[in-house]
Amino acid sequence: MNRTATLICLVLVLGGALLLAAGNQLAAPGSTFHVPTYVISLVGKYLCYAMLALALDLVWGYAGILSLGHAAFFALGGYAMGMYLMRQIGTRGMYGNAILPDFMVFLNWKELPWYWHGFDNPGFAILMVLLVPGLLALVFGWLAFRSRVSGVYLSIITQALTFALLLAFFRNDMGFGGNNGLTDFKDIFGYRLQADSTRTALLIASAVFLCLMLLVARFIVTSRFGKVLIAVRDTEARTRFLGYRPERYKLFVFVVSAIMAGIGGALYVPQVGIINPSEFSPANSIEAVIWVAVGGRGTLVGAILGAILVNGGKTFFTGALPEIWLFALGALFILVTLFLPHGVLGLFRRREKARSTKPAQGTVTEPAE
Amino acid sequence: MLLLRRALFALALLLAAFPARAQDPFAGLAGSGFDDIRRGIEALATAAPPQAAPTIAALQAGTLLTGPGGVLVIKQGDTLIDARTGQPAQGVTAAGLRPVRVNNAVRRAAEAAMGSLTLFSPDTATRRKAAEAVFKSRDPASLEPLARAIAAEKIPAIRAEMEEARAALLLAIPATPEPEKLAAVATLRERGDLDARALLANLKDQPAAVARAAADAVTHIERMEQLWAVAQGIFYGLSLGSVLLLAAAGLAITFGVMGVINMAHGEMVMIGAYTTFVIQDIIRTSAPGLFDYSLFLAVPAAFIVSGGLGIAIERGLIRFLYGRPLETLLATWGLSLVLQQAVRSIFGPTNREVGTPSWMSGAAEWGGLTITWNRFTIIIFAMMVLAALMATLRYTSLGLRMRAVTQNRRMAASMGIRTPWIDALTFGLGSGVAGMAGVALSQIDNVSPNLGQSYIIDSFLVVVFGGVGNLWGTLVSALTLGIVNKFLEPLAGAVLGKIVVLVLVILFIQRKPRGMFPIKGRAVEA
Amino acid sequence: MSLIRKMLRGIGLAATALTALTAMPQAQAQAQEPIKVGILHSLSGTMAISETTLKDVMLMLIEEQNKKGGVLGRKLEAVVVDPASNWPLFAEKARELITVQKVSAVFGCWTSVSRKSVLPVFEELNNVLFYPVQYEGEESSKNVFYTGAAPNQQAIPAVDYLMAEEKVQRWVLAGTDYVYPRTTNKILEAYLKSKGVKDEDILINYTPFGHADWQNIVAQIKRFGSAGKKTAVVSTINGDANVPFYKELGNQGIKATDIPVVAFSVGEEELAGIDTKPLVGHLAAWNYFMSVDNAENKAFIEKWKAFTKNAKRVTNDPMEAHVIGFNMWIKAIEKAGTPDPAKVIPAMIGIAVPNLSGGFSAMMPNHHITKPVLIGEIKEDGQFNVVWQTPGTVVAEEWSPHLEGSRDLISDWRSPLSCGNFNVKTGKCGGASK
Repeated sequence: MNRTATLICLVLVLGGALLLAAGNQLAAPGSTFHVPTYVISLVGKYLCYAMLALALDLVWGYAGILSLGHAAFFALGGYAMGMYLMRQIGTRGMYGNAILPDFMVFLNWKELPWYWHGFDNPGFAILMVLLVPGLLALVFGWLAFRSRVSGVYLSIITQALTFALLLAFFRNDMGFGGNNGLTDFKDIFGYRLQADSTRTALLIASAVFLCLMLLVARFIVTSRFGKVLIAVRDTEARTRFLGYRPERYKLFVFVVSAIMAGIGGALYVPQVGIINPSEFSPANSIEAVIWVAVGGRGTLVGAILGAILVNGGKTFFTGALPEIWLFALGALFILVTLFLPHGVLGLFRRREKARSTKPAQGTVTEPAE
Repeated sequence: MLLLRRALFALALLLAAFPARAQDPFAGLAGSGFDDIRRGIEALATAAPPQAAPTIAALQAGTLLTGPGGVLVIKQGDTLIDARTGQPAQGVTAAGLRPVRVNNAVRRAAEAAMGSLTLFSPDTATRRKAAEAVFKSRDPASLEPLARAIAAEKIPAIRAEMEEARAALLLAIPATPEPEKLAAVATLRERGDLDARALLANLKDQPAAVARAAADAVTHIERMEQLWAVAQGIFYGLSLGSVLLLAAAGLAITFGVMGVINMAHGEMVMIGAYTTFVIQDIIRTSAPGLFDYSLFLAVPAAFIVSGGLGIAIERGLIRFLYGRPLETLLATWGLSLVLQQAVRSIFGPTNREVGTPSWMSGAAEWGGLTITWNRFTIIIFAMMVLAALMATLRYTSLGLRMRAVTQNRRMAASMGIRTPWIDALTFGLGSGVAGMAGVALSQIDNVSPNLGQSYIIDSFLVVVFGGVGNLWGTLVSALTLGIVNKFLEPLAGAVLGKIVVLVLVILFIQRKPRGMFPIKGRAVEA
Repeated sequence: MSLIRKMLRGIGLAATALTALTAMPQAQAQAQEPIKVGILHSLSGTMAISETTLKDVMLMLIEEQNKKGGVLGRKLEAVVVDPASNWPLFAEKARELITVQKVSAVFGCWTSVSRKSVLPVFEELNNVLFYPVQYEGEESSKNVFYTGAAPNQQAIPAVDYLMAEEKVQRWVLAGTDYVYPRTTNKILEAYLKSKGVKDEDILINYTPFGHADWQNIVAQIKRFGSAGKKTAVVSTINGDANVPFYKELGNQGIKATDIPVVAFSVGEEELAGIDTKPLVGHLAAWNYFMSVDNAENKAFIEKWKAFTKNAKRVTNDPMEAHVIGFNMWIKAIEKAGTPDPAKVIPAMIGIAVPNLSGGFSAMMPNHHITKPVLIGEIKEDGQFNVVWQTPGTVVAEEWSPHLEGSRDLISDWRSPLSCGNFNVKTGKCGGASK
């Protein structure tokens, strides 16, 4: 059943993206089949959020790590991409400075800080997109899993991590543009960002990456490795007594997930045109958790579905009901939890006994016992 | 030649005419420019007619009105009193009159003038204020009345303040003999606060010995300041810690004891703050005299409102989610969005004004320590709340049942405890405490729909850092975080300081994965 | 199998919903009767506190204009969206307003980051944004009209006032750590130094957004102010952080007669949430105060109170900026004969409308407006007492002469120059804006 869902998801994501792309590129503006660019970048954005949700579901749904700071990896990947895009502006900035981004010029910086070097090279930037979130996850995860920080303690320190990063990137002295972040990008890999064709290409790239990630994630969770992971999720102590080293399993999947989130962020930035510290805000990470929960935790496909549904809803409600949309969104979250304990995807399989993928309970001490 | 002499004569006449016009010491106050008014006040203080003090007091209170023709009246309720005579004003109506304009320079002049005018006031507080005003104004003309006031003063503390003011005056007058100046420096060194330091650091054109003594005194004061700074830092830390404690105390129950990840906790705090606003609003309109006691009413009200809402939430939402703790996160997050927006719809998106009762305003100076009353009250309040919470859990039958249910639900149920009811009450208790925190926070922070959001992360951090399920841990953790934060802030700046604290907490959790005071036993592994 | 069918059905439903969503507004737009005006202000999240009021002002202005018969015989229609204080959402909503709703102009944003986020969208789609809040300058876009103050229309006159009237010699520049305070403080620092203020007499302090615990910083200000020279605080502290800051000031007994604080982000709306008694005499510099006494302003306040059905509602500077911007836009449409942004943009330059402070504001070729500068002292009732005002209006310096990078730049959107960042040294139009 899971395989069919994955297949359907792959087909829909890829096919949908291609259809939209064709509608934008081939159909003439004004025709019924024409897809406005607005929709292209909107869907592209959803797909990037879906990558974050997928990454989160991998650690939360299958390893029991409830990260309330996953948006940090997403944002770090975004910043790495943003720095590349920033360097691509070159002399077309406000001040026409070939080396320094605008915000450095007007804060009277004289030279490029060391950590900005190399970002003019796309290869280096792509490497950093993978490396920075990956390394952070490696260090953080190693520290945390080694000392068996788990459950809610882990959730709270991941939140502390993203909050600390939020404050750090917010500081103007850090050299990442402070609260304004990085913006006013011109082109990517030599193509004009504002061109419809570039946007369409980015949408397709997002769809392809999302599908690849879904395949990778599925490969991980269905492998022998994945079985151990689920065992760790359900009873970590017992798995340890069986001779496995749970921290290694968790660490691996945590790093993979962080890299996925980073890629999502890197594709997100050129499509929305700005990256700033608010992406690190803990509320964003919590929202990502909610996408997963809405779609259905521990299903991978559900995460994607949840991200698209919630964000689509947000787009719709903020336009249609600007004054009261928070009521609608809040109510949605409450109702989904009360009536759809396995998320929207749970609707489709209510009758099936999905014992193997049923999420573990009691990551936090319950009032019961 | 004759012409010139005549011209000079005319000029002399003209000059003579000026003092004649300035005979009326009140004239300046009726002027239009701020400079005229300021000079008018100075002239009035020098002439010191009997009506000077009430007039300037009226100016400060904004009840001194002026109008065409140099009319000056004091508005007392509905009656107008002629400022010059102190008698009811004849033939003047409020229409066409406007208050005398005031800016900071005028305000300063008024304060200085009131200083020398009220040195002999029968009211002790006024005399103290007068001494302070003379200290600040250093108007040489005050020297003589000040000497008389010192001689007449009976209360030693006020006399000491007058002595200090006199010292300040003596140093400001170049003609003062050197030994007196040295004595004055010694007096100010004794006073030892920032005002004294400011004065001593700014002395100019003094004899060498005086300058040396002053420089010495400044170093001394600065050294004392640094010592006091440690104590002050601890106070700041305690104060921040008590705010964190208040914000986290309710969470320590709902999350720490019950295990509900309650993302709407911040909104309970916010609702407590809005309850305070509503209570104050009612008091303002119906019984303004009771305003100072508004908070005593607000605390139980906030407890009841937030606690009642908490019970409703537990009954209506959370009880369906026991056994699915992470989903409570989702539902309560949704709830927090709804509550925020609801408050925004009802009260509007802007900040609401919550007044500070007079007994919580201002600060006490104690040596080099400044203790602001609102912060001090909050520290005491936080401790009281925590003590009450602990006592409830420990000594009441409700507390006993709560503990029984959280420790072993099935056993508790078998003993006849109505566990669902206890769950609701426990959640209500935690929410009610959050509401009381809101009353305290309304005194130092914004009362806006976003109030809760800004404390939720800190609250969780405090509970987790202290060890989930341990109220003592929450206390120690809140105070530790507060003090560390406040000592880091001057060194690293506010932003970096906070980052360092967060990183320290993360590292600490690696060392002690279950917080400072972990609960031991098998239950925690569940 | 049934599962697949169910999923497909679900997706089909979603797809129809999506097409309906995008198609419906288009169909409406094709009717082409009313002129649509986008309102892009956060109604939820952290910025809602400031921005919601501006949305209401715009609704009022549009309603008024419609009562007068609209413009060019067409009614105006407001399109309100909620960007929810989320910067990428600002860009998304801007695009939605322009491409889906087909608005002719957008009034919106608060804080530079939201403007920077939507800027590329407006430039790409060649639409108009009216930005009503004071900001750091260093920008001039063809598609943005800046109706708020540039630093020289607020900060520098305030400092001049303090130097002349209060004889201030020592300065604390306290701000929230983001671009507006950073730039304003850079400009002020350079300006103060040019006036002979020494390094040790300037203290600069930055705090995060929403900073709530001001104990140390207020104590530090107190200590800094005790060095024997007259000291003042220039505050660029933003938004929510002001309430706890002023509460702490009051409680630690810093009175305006000792250390005056002049703020650039505190207006009537912010003061409505504070007990102002301990703050009497502290200052603010704006281009408009509610207490300004003239007929235009009185009428506006009346209308505002009637519109909001609340006799206690206050008005403030960014609201006035929207009033000016809106009136200018209406005049520009009349002048251009069409609401088409491409025609309205050039028509905007040179339009003058009465501002509410008594006088006229004109749209200059740099897309900024001329403004009078007013200094007010806080009164007990939360209003301001205007103690000083520039004799005439001040022209905005969008590129500050006090900053190294922008010294040689000018902006003039009239043809043939038509450039937002023309470098007078190299004689070239500097950036990408073609």
